[in-house]
Amino acid sequence: MTPALRVITPGLLTTIQDQGRPHAIASGVPPGGAMDRFAHSAANLLAWNDRSAATLECTMSGPRLVAERASVIAITGADFAPRLNGQEAPMWTSIVLAEGDELAFGGRRLGARAYIAVAGGIVGDRWLGSMSTNLMVGRGGMHGRALAAGDVIAAGEPLAEPPPGFATLDKTRRPDYGDRALHAIPGPHPREALFGATFRVSTDSNRMGYRLDGDALEGPDEEILSFALVAGTVQVPPDGRPILLMADHQTAGGYPVAAVVVSASMPAAAQLAPGDEVRFAEISIERALEIRAAQRAALDSLTISSM
Amino acid sequence: MPPQRSSVRVQPLGDTALLAELGTRLDTALNTRAIALASALQKRRDVRRAVAGHGAVTVQFDPDQITHDALAAAIRRLARKRPPVEEPGRLHRIPVVYDGPDLEEVERRTGLSRQRVIELHGRPIYRVFLVGFVPGWAYLGSLPEELVLPRRSTPRTQVPAGSVGIAGPETGIYPLTSPGGWNLIGRTSVKLFLPDSDPPSLFRAGDRVKFFAAGE
Repeated sequence: MTPALRVITPGLLTTIQDQGRPHAIASGVPPGGAMDRFAHSAANLLAWNDRSAATLECTMSGPRLVAERASVIAITGADFAPRLNGQEAPMWTSIVLAEGDELAFGGRRLGARAYIAVAGGIVGDRWLGSMSTNLMVGRGGMHGRALAAGDVIAAGEPLAEPPPGFATLDKTRRPDYGDRALHAIPGPHPREALFGATFRVSTDSNRMGYRLDGDALEGPDEEILSFALVAGTVQVPPDGRPILLMADHQTAGGYPVAAVVVSASMPAAAQLAPGDEVRFAEISIERALEIRAAQRAALDSLTISSM
Repeated sequence: MPPQRSSVRVQPLGDTALLAELGTRLDTALNTRAIALASALQKRRDVRRAVAGHGAVTVQFDPDQITHDALAAAIRRLARKRPPVEEPGRLHRIPVVYDGPDLEEVERRTGLSRQRVIELHGRPIYRVFLVGFVPGWAYLGSLPEELVLPRRSTPRTQVPAGSVGIAGPETGIYPLTSPGGWNLIGRTSVKLFLPDSDPPSLFRAGDRVKFFAAGE
């Protein structure tokens, strides 16, 4: 493990994330992990890592970073106009950094969360089996907090044998982050008005979940005993304003579950920003699994071409 | 009458999870079955995570290994089995200083004296039905019927860690300072969220909890 990147400016909210700590939900601890697992995995594979390595999740804006040593990195997810030493830097591909190179970002062009992977994998505090930052309890990643100016980000040792070539993930194989219709399957407490309505992601939204503004959803006043929840759940509190649960979601709840967003639409959900419009489109389980398989094949293509 | 074991309602939670609902009552036998079903499901290779709620099990699975329908059928088979006899859960004795900001309101709404509220809250051995919501939170029941009250109509934005609350048929302790709508009757110095332990929660589903009045 050696210093890899120094933080000049951290961006709005940049945290270390990996695939989270799903086993901890039995203790009430959110599963956490990268919000956009597709972009997180792709960044790792393009930087010659296993997809379970930790990356930087940059929210709404990017950091300014200086390379402490030569390395290979990849930038995926939201397009915040990345720049390498002042020149436009490509996304969704492997990038070689020399010591002293500066990585910066212009402005937000599409999406809400960009991912930066470093060959060897970013190394942060491990808590309950994961390096993911949990801001609520202040554990994991960079000492449980977002990156700050002056932080030095460490990475593991890159592979001894570099792969034969650089990989790129073609645009046609990436999720469509401009798509504002999230595919979902009706939940145990369906609300007819959910599908077809247009909502707006409220400013009261974060890694725990998004509050959705729009017409209130009416439904029977049910007494529901709390049960364990999953990311993608669209729950409806008594005020009728739905909440879409994301990576750091509460682990249990007793509000009606109107629908659950399918796994293949969670990357697009992760790229929604406050103010964005969003709709829910009903999908069959079979079709949802087909799209899921296509996304996985896209990631697998990186494993094969770079190894 | 023996508990009914045949009925389980299995519904999708998206494309990679199912909710298996055994019942909708707050009931120890039902919760025991849910915990047994979750632990049986957790042993399957095609199940990533099975977590028991009060009376339901949330099952996250690998759709490459099994279909929704096949897993639902397996859940129905498992739910028909008699649950193993549960070992009594660990017993936790929790000291409480009964000076919560809602204590007077609870006295007024129940028509009970302070002494009676304290006595009733400390009487049962509660069961930990479910650990979840926020780190270390446990739903404890059942509360004596005389103390059953709805949540506060307006939740507090900040409830201090250690606050002991009641709502509906349950009682609980806030592990972290957080927003909350339960009626606060007291506080405890016992830490429920233990971030340096694994698991990081003092209580586990199936544990037993007894409250007693403590001085400052």
